[in-house]
Order: sequence, then C-alpha cells, then structure tokens
Amino acid sequence: MSEKKQASLLVHGYEVVIGFETHAQLATQSKIFSRAPTAFGAEPNTQACAVDLALPGTLPVMNREAVAHAIRLGLALGSHIAEQSVFARKNYFYPDLPKGYQISQFEIPVVQGGEVSFFLGDEKKTVRLVRAHLEEDAGKSLHEDFIGQSGIDLNRAGTPLLEIVTEPDIRSSAEAVAYAKELHKIVTWIGICDGNMQEGSFRCDANVSVRKPGAPLGTRREIKNLNSFKFMQQAIDYEVRWQIEQIEDGHAIQQATVLFDPDTGETRAMRTKEDAADYRYFPDPDLPPLVIARSWVDEVKAAMPELPRQMAERLVADYGLPEYDATTLTQSPAMAAYFETAAKASGQAKMASNWIMGEVSRRLNSEEKDIAQVPVSAETLAALLKRIADGTVSNNAAKQVMDALWAGEGQDVDAVIEAKGLKQMNDSGALEAIIDEVMAANAPMVEQFRAGKDKAFNALVGLVMKASKGKANPQQANELLKKKLG
Amino acid sequence: MSLTLTDIGRIANLARLEMPPAQAERMLTQLNGFFDIVEQMKAVDTSGIEPLAHPTAVIDHVSLRLRPDVASEPNNREANQQSAPAVERGLFLVPKVIE
Amino acid sequence: MSLNDLHQMGVAELAAAIADKQTSSVEAAQALLARAKQHQNLGAYLSFNEDLTLAQAKAADARVAAGERGPLLGVPLAHKDIFVTQGFTSTAGSKMLEGYQSPFDATVVANLAKAGAVTLGKLNCDEFAMGGSNENSAYGVARNPWDMERVPGGSSGGSAVAVAARLAPATTGTDTGGSIRQPASFCNVTGIKPTYGRCSRYGMIAFASSLDQAGPMARSAADCATLLSAMAGPDIDRDSTSLDHPAEDYTRLLGTLREGATAAQPLKGLRVGLPKEFFGEGCAPDVVAAVRTALSEYEKLGATLVDISLPRTELSIPVYYIIAPAEASSNLSRFDGVKFGHRAAQYDDLIDMYKKSRSEGFGPEVQRRIMIGTYVLSHGYYDAYYLKAQQIRRLIAQDFQDAFAQCDLIAGPAAPTTAWKIGEMSDDPVANYLADIFTLPASLAGLPGMSVPAGFGAGGLPVGLQLIGNYFREAELLQAADAFQRATDWHTKTPEGF
Repeated sequence: MSEKKQASLLVHGYEVVIGFETHAQLATQSKIFSRAPTAFGAEPNTQACAVDLALPGTLPVMNREAVAHAIRLGLALGSHIAEQSVFARKNYFYPDLPKGYQISQFEIPVVQGGEVSFFLGDEKKTVRLVRAHLEEDAGKSLHEDFIGQSGIDLNRAGTPLLEIVTEPDIRSSAEAVAYAKELHKIVTWIGICDGNMQEGSFRCDANVSVRKPGAPLGTRREIKNLNSFKFMQQAIDYEVRWQIEQIEDGHAIQQATVLFDPDTGETRAMRTKEDAADYRYFPDPDLPPLVIARSWVDEVKAAMPELPRQMAERLVADYGLPEYDATTLTQSPAMAAYFETAAKASGQAKMASNWIMGEVSRRLNSEEKDIAQVPVSAETLAALLKRIADGTVSNNAAKQVMDALWAGEGQDVDAVIEAKGLKQMNDSGALEAIIDEVMAANAPMVEQFRAGKDKAFNALVGLVMKASKGKANPQQANELLKKKLG
Repeated sequence: MSLTLTDIGRIANLARLEMPPAQAERMLTQLNGFFDIVEQMKAVDTSGIEPLAHPTAVIDHVSLRLRPDVASEPNNREANQQSAPAVERGLFLVPKVIE
Repeated sequence: MSLNDLHQMGVAELAAAIADKQTSSVEAAQALLARAKQHQNLGAYLSFNEDLTLAQAKAADARVAAGERGPLLGVPLAHKDIFVTQGFTSTAGSKMLEGYQSPFDATVVANLAKAGAVTLGKLNCDEFAMGGSNENSAYGVARNPWDMERVPGGSSGGSAVAVAARLAPATTGTDTGGSIRQPASFCNVTGIKPTYGRCSRYGMIAFASSLDQAGPMARSAADCATLLSAMAGPDIDRDSTSLDHPAEDYTRLLGTLREGATAAQPLKGLRVGLPKEFFGEGCAPDVVAAVRTALSEYEKLGATLVDISLPRTELSIPVYYIIAPAEASSNLSRFDGVKFGHRAAQYDDLIDMYKKSRSEGFGPEVQRRIMIGTYVLSHGYYDAYYLKAQQIRRLIAQDFQDAFAQCDLIAGPAAPTTAWKIGEMSDDPVANYLADIFTLPASLAGLPGMSVPAGFGAGGLPVGLQLIGNYFREAELLQAADAFQRATDWHTKTPEGF
C-alpha cells in the first residue's frame, strides 16, 4: 500500500516519519557460524569458542536452523524468500567485533519485502518491509568494572540475528509501538525468537525524521537499542519534539545515531564510530551462496502455526466476536487456545471473550501470571459460563464462584455453587412470599410508587434482592413486583 | 588515475595502520607503481560477466552447506585466552570504549 | 641401519624401513631433528618441540609394534608455519603472532597425524604467506641450499629448503598465487597445489580465502601423492569451502599405463598443451631451454605437444593483486591486539592501540597489501577494482576450460627465472608481483598445478616444469609427473654438501 494512504497525524504542523530496524535474536541452540551454545548469562567468554573469538585459522559454518527461522519469518510476513542469497563482510574495527568484520547480508538478503498489519485503536495499519537479513550478533563491552578500561565478553558474539527493516511508513510514536508489539507477537508466535527484551533478544532502532506534509523526507536520526515499549514511545516523542524545535529555531538536523537515556528521558548523540561510513562490504569468500530450495520452503510452510492475524479473522467469522476482542484474544497462542476451548465447551463465545479479557486477565495480571499458568481450566470456565447462561447463577454470583475456583476450593462448578449457596432463586412461590413481606414492611414506599414516584420501584426491587440474599433472579423479581403493585 | 597522500591517509586510517609522513610517501609511490599495471584491466569488456567468487563455480554450481543446530563446543576459555595480551576475570581488557 | 643415512630416505623408503623395523620413528625423528638443528643457518625451521615430536614418534612406534602398517606411519614431517598446531608455536612468519599458541590443530595437520606422521617442527615462510622469496619473514630469510646467497622462493620457502637440504623427507606448504610451485621450482623439489577446496583451510592462517590451498612438497611425485591422499578430503564440519568430493587415493595411477599406452610409451595419447604466453620473451632463456628439454622427454614417453593460448595470462597479475589483497585486508582485521597477538606497549586510546599494534606487528609487504586491499574495497572503488577483477577472473578460468578442450594437461615453466639473489628485488614490490605471472592463472582458476624438477639453468640453479590439470585431475597430474621422474633423475639431485 502506498505511503499516501497512511493516515498522518501532525505534530505542530509537522508530519512524523519513522522507519524501524529490529534485531531479533533467533532461538537456536548453537551460534550462527559456530557450534558454541547461545544460552544467556553464562560466565564471560565461556560460550565463545575458537570460531567466535576469530582465532587464527578458524572458519564459519552456517547453522541450518537459523535459515529455517528466516524462512518462517518470510512466510509469516508474506515476503519473497530468495532462492539464492549472499553473505557479505561488513568491515570495521571494534573490540566487540572479533574478526574486524561482521558477517551479514548486503546486496541480496534472504527475506525480501512483505508487510506487518495491526490495529491502532480500531484503525487498521500496514507497514511495508524492505527486507530481513541474517547476520551475526557482536559481543559486549563492559565499562563499569575497570578504571580506564573496558572488559570484552564475546559470549554473545555469533548469536544468530534477523535484522528486520521497514519502509518509513510509520507516522507516530503510538503507531511505532503498535508495530513493534505486533512484530514482537509474530516472532514469538512462530517461535523464532524468545522476545525477551531485557536480555536484548528483541532490539529496535527507530529512524525518526519530521517534515511539513508533502515535503520530501527530512534528515533522520537513528535511536538505537530501544529495548522496552515504554521507552520506545518516550524516546520517539522526545526525539520528535527535539527535531521540531531545532527546525523551528532554524537549525538543520544532522544525521546521527542517538541513544535514549531512560533516567533523563532524553536522547543524546552517540560518539559516532569513526569512518563508519565505509564498511567495505564484499561477498564473504568463506561462504558460498545460500541456496533455498522451494521444497524446503514448502516443508517449513506445512509446519507453520496459524498466524495471529489469520486467527483473529477466523475468531470474528466463526464466533462473531468484534475485531477488538479477536485481536486481544490472539496475543498468544495459549490465550487463543484457552478462548476457543471455553467458547466451544460453553457455546457462549462472547461471554467467554468478556470473561477472559475481564475476570481472567485481571486476576492473571494482579498475580503477574500468564495464561499458561491459569489455575482455572478453560473447561471449568466453560462450565461456569453455562451456569450463568441457564440462569443458575447471576453474573455477580459467578464472580464469587470464580474466586473460589481460582483459590483452588474445588474444581466442580456446580459443587462450588452448591457449597457457597449461590444458586439463583427461580421458584416464583418463594419469591412472591418475600415480595409480600417486603411490601408489607414498606407500605409507605408502596404508597409513594402508586402515587407516581417511579424511583420507589427500584428501591423496592433492591429490598427484595437484599431479602433474597442476592439469589433472586432480578428480571423475575421485577416482573412479579410490577404485577403485585399492578 | 593515481592516488594522493590524502588517499593514503584515509586508507591507512580505515585499515588502522600508523603511517608517518616518510612512510606515507614511500607507500604512495609503491601503490601508484602497482596501479599502473592495474590500468590494463580497464580495456577488458566485462559487461554481463558474472563475477567468480568461488573458483570451481566455473564448472558446477557451488552452494552453502548447512550444519545441524547442535551446540557441541565445550567451554575452552583457558586455552582460547592463553595468547591474549590482557585478560581479567575472563574478560579481554581494552582501553575504555566510549559510546 | 646407520643414523647417517636416514635423512637420505624419501617418504616411501622411510615408511618401509619403519614398518620393517629396520629403524623406528623415534630413531628417524631424532636423526632428523639433529640434522635440522645442525643446519639452522639455512633458516628453514622456525620452531621445534622436541619432547612433543618424540612423544608422537613413540606413539607411532607403538602402532607399528601393534602390527599396523601405513604409508606415513612414523614418518617425520614438518609444517609450514601458516598451519596452526598445538604444542608448536604458530607465527605465520609474523611478529604479530610471535609465540602464539593455538588451542587446536589445522585439519591438514590432524589428518597427517591420524595417518601416523610425526611433526618435526614449523617452517619459515613469507609473513602471512605474502611473498615469493621468503624475504618477508619476520624471522629472517631462508637460504637456498643450491646457492646460499639466493632466495629459496616463497612463500613456502622453508618447506622447499627443508626438503632440498634433506632436513625432512617431506613438508606441507600452501599455495595462494604460486607459493608451493615457485619455491619447489627454485629448490629442485616436487610440489603440488590441488584443486581449490580439496584440502581443508581450517587451521590455515588465512591470506586470501578464495585462493588459499594446502599441498605437499617432497622429493618425488610419488611421495607427494602419498601425502596428498592423507591431507585432502572434505571437512564438512569446519570449512564451508572444502569440496564435498570423497577422499581419493592419489597414488592410484602411479606407474600405470594410459589407455592404449605401452611400457615404452606409458603416456601415449596424452596431449600436453603449451600456452604460447608462457614461452615468450618474458621467460629467461635458460629456463625455456630446460623446460623444452623436459617437454621433449614427455614426447619420448608418448605424449603429444599441442600449442594453446591463455590470452589473459598477463591480466592475471592485476586481477590477482586486487583480489588477494582485498581478501587479505579483511582476513587480517582480526589482528587488533585484543584477543591474541601483538599489542603495542604504549598507546593513548583504543584507536591508537589498534594502529600501533598493527603497524608494529605487520611487516612492510603485509601493510602494503592491506593498503591495496582496503583501497580497492573502499567506497566508490569496489566496482572498478574488486568486482571487475572477479569478472576477469571468470574469463581467465573460462580460458582454461577452452584450452582443456584441446589438451589433457598444460605445461610450462613454473617461474620466469631461476632463484634470484637475496636482497636483489626486495625494494621493488611490483617486480616481485610480475615474477608470479606463470603461477597466478591456475591459482585464480582454482586448478591443480605442480612443479616438477626439470633440470638446471645458468649457474646450476634448478628449473621447475609446471604441470596444470583440469579440476579434480590431481591423480592424472601426478601420474604424468611420476612417469617423467621414472625416466629422469633431476628430482634426485641434491645440492652439494647436503
């Protein structure tokens, strides 16, 4: 879809233009070009083998699973998967780059084109991808521990990455965050990345520029390593304000790489890597071209799970859910599965959706659990929803049943309802008796009603419900009371 | 075309080599001497010729071999660092990196 | 058997003597170590580890005692210092790697060890294999035993000297642009560079990745075939450019007759192509004369000589000297004084540390090639230089395929001259580059090539006949060289005093 179709919202008369580069660490056992493990948090340099350290004589050998992950991403985003792609060397000196070059892909990446669609509020947005290419991660420089020196840990060096690059299609910080969340959802959903942002498994760089509507693209500044959605929005908002102020004050924006400081809430230009501009890319002579047979792509495709967007559309079609519900319920495969089980077993899709987005999520959040750890099974929830539907319990009473089930006081819904005496009173005889008592005890109120004070009616219903200890069916109470007040 | 001292300085910096003036002068002469013999390449028409990166690709298709995703390298830090100039607590030490 | 004779034996004889218990691996290793140390003035060896050598020899003798036999079992060899080895320092002839200890063995070294070969020590070479005279070694020149004032060639100079002076029955070398064939030619040694990808590059300190190939240097084609059979083979786990072709027995055609040939004319039907570009005025008359004589010997053996052309021979010089330095400039970036290798004693900051460490650690020729390589890859020059060179490289490789339509193998001089005087060309880099003209084309094409002793030129200096085969035709190449050596004795000549 073309840039123009993107709805732009202006900030002080400026259009915000954002492109994303995301580094997703791929979920593999071994490094991309060596057989060293990729586990996070090991002792320094204990997971950096001779190849990762670039010891003299070492050579790279490509990890098949990293390629399979690239294929999965390409399939998930509707990209072209290159039949042949080429690894190139990006040459620059840096202590965390053991070979003095990074093996990446330059002219011919493995994943080409594609798009990410998501909802911003109820507006559907689509961000086009330029490419996603395979490359190796660098090590880490630790600055704290040594005076005047840095310590280099190369455990992370050689961890497989997919760098996912978008067109400058994003028009606001909110949209940027929504895009990043959707991409994060997809890579974790298809299992190519663990998505752990604290550990740096999913790192976003945002290229931000501003322009007057219709003007050519402004000079961009790249905000590096946005490793939380919260900071992402703050950083972009700050950067946009800063750029607009600069321009308004008559200063031109200089292309730069900036870092966001969560403490100050500000971005600052990095000490730019000298001559970073001249990476002297050339095809890596140690690695012949990567060839991906159509049959391999088909194989991977056959094993792919249903994707979140497809599933959301299916939930709308099959269960008549609103888009919003469908999108919320497809946050994770587990959440979606929980819903479908509950909806099917109860035959109450919308009610199931409401309960999962409300009661269940609220309890999970307060206990900082995720759906995988939910103490009440989808089948049990379904049983409870059935009881609400058939009027056995009121919605409020059902919440008390849920509390009990959540707390582990029995699994059988009916038993809990029984034990807690939360059964709704559906026998009209008993209810009429209560109503008669209430009317007798509150003759003045009855008079007021008959005198035309409608408010009195609600008060009487309240008293009836109270007298029934909440077990009375509200509708039924209404009808009978009306009749008697006739 | 021939190089200038400015080129020599730029390239030496890219290559992280120290190039004092006297050495730069000598380097300039030698490189220009070399690039004289490179000139003859210009005359060759290479339009539409695919570059040859892997020699045997001339006679048959060369493609990348892929390795199963198995982590089998044990921790060999001590041996791997035995020729390192500066190591402390398992970390390679370098002059402070400023970002 | 007298210890004094052991060094006179080639690989086959020594292996047989050990197998037949006429001598032991330990005895042979001790004798050769003693001789090597006695001739250190030749500058062939850079390092020893006597304990390790003898331990390996003992292990080999134990295998012999257990009844095992093998063409290399217990045979002491020496390795070019470009191969990393556990227990022996691995310097690549550079100050950058002074005292460097590798935590692993190169695949080629490990393969030879598996076959029971014993390592005597590490051999001198031009720094990072960059050079054709061994004068670029940070550890001093190696001297040509045929004339101590002359270079042995390079970059595998120490490997050639050790074989020529009988300091080892055979050695390993590497060939990027002629580094096995040219020193073999200068020292009257037989050496072969197999098809690119036959030998694993894992553990070969990289110079130019798309050109580097390991190969053996020995006293005969037969010994080379024996070594190559053990050295080569796919290295699926460690080298993505190592070929999938199964390991071969490169001795299989030795002494056999070509189809329809006779004992008198074992090479009957063999078409030997002579590129006219290899016999022009660019080649010294004494070299041409020796090569022509050798070729007439091939005719006697039944071969027919056909005139062919490799029209882009001259272009191979700029093409090679763009591609090799470009790859080298990147391959040598890992030498930054952080993980291993030389670090300057004083520096102001990180960048200064890089620059001082690299400028102190690398010699002039290495720095020159890093500069050339960095320049041709730098922004705005890539297409005009590196890309264009890779395109012409394809044309050069195609020229060979056209030539092989008319002949079975190609023959010519391995080098335009015999060995020159030490220091004679050391301040003229371009003259050194031009001297590689006859070895570069096969290197760029990745074809197997060898140098076979073909007699002597002016001043009694050795001349090598270069034989180039088509891809994967090493066995045929060795068969043709072996047939020549059965009919001649050039390869058996030793320099006076050795």
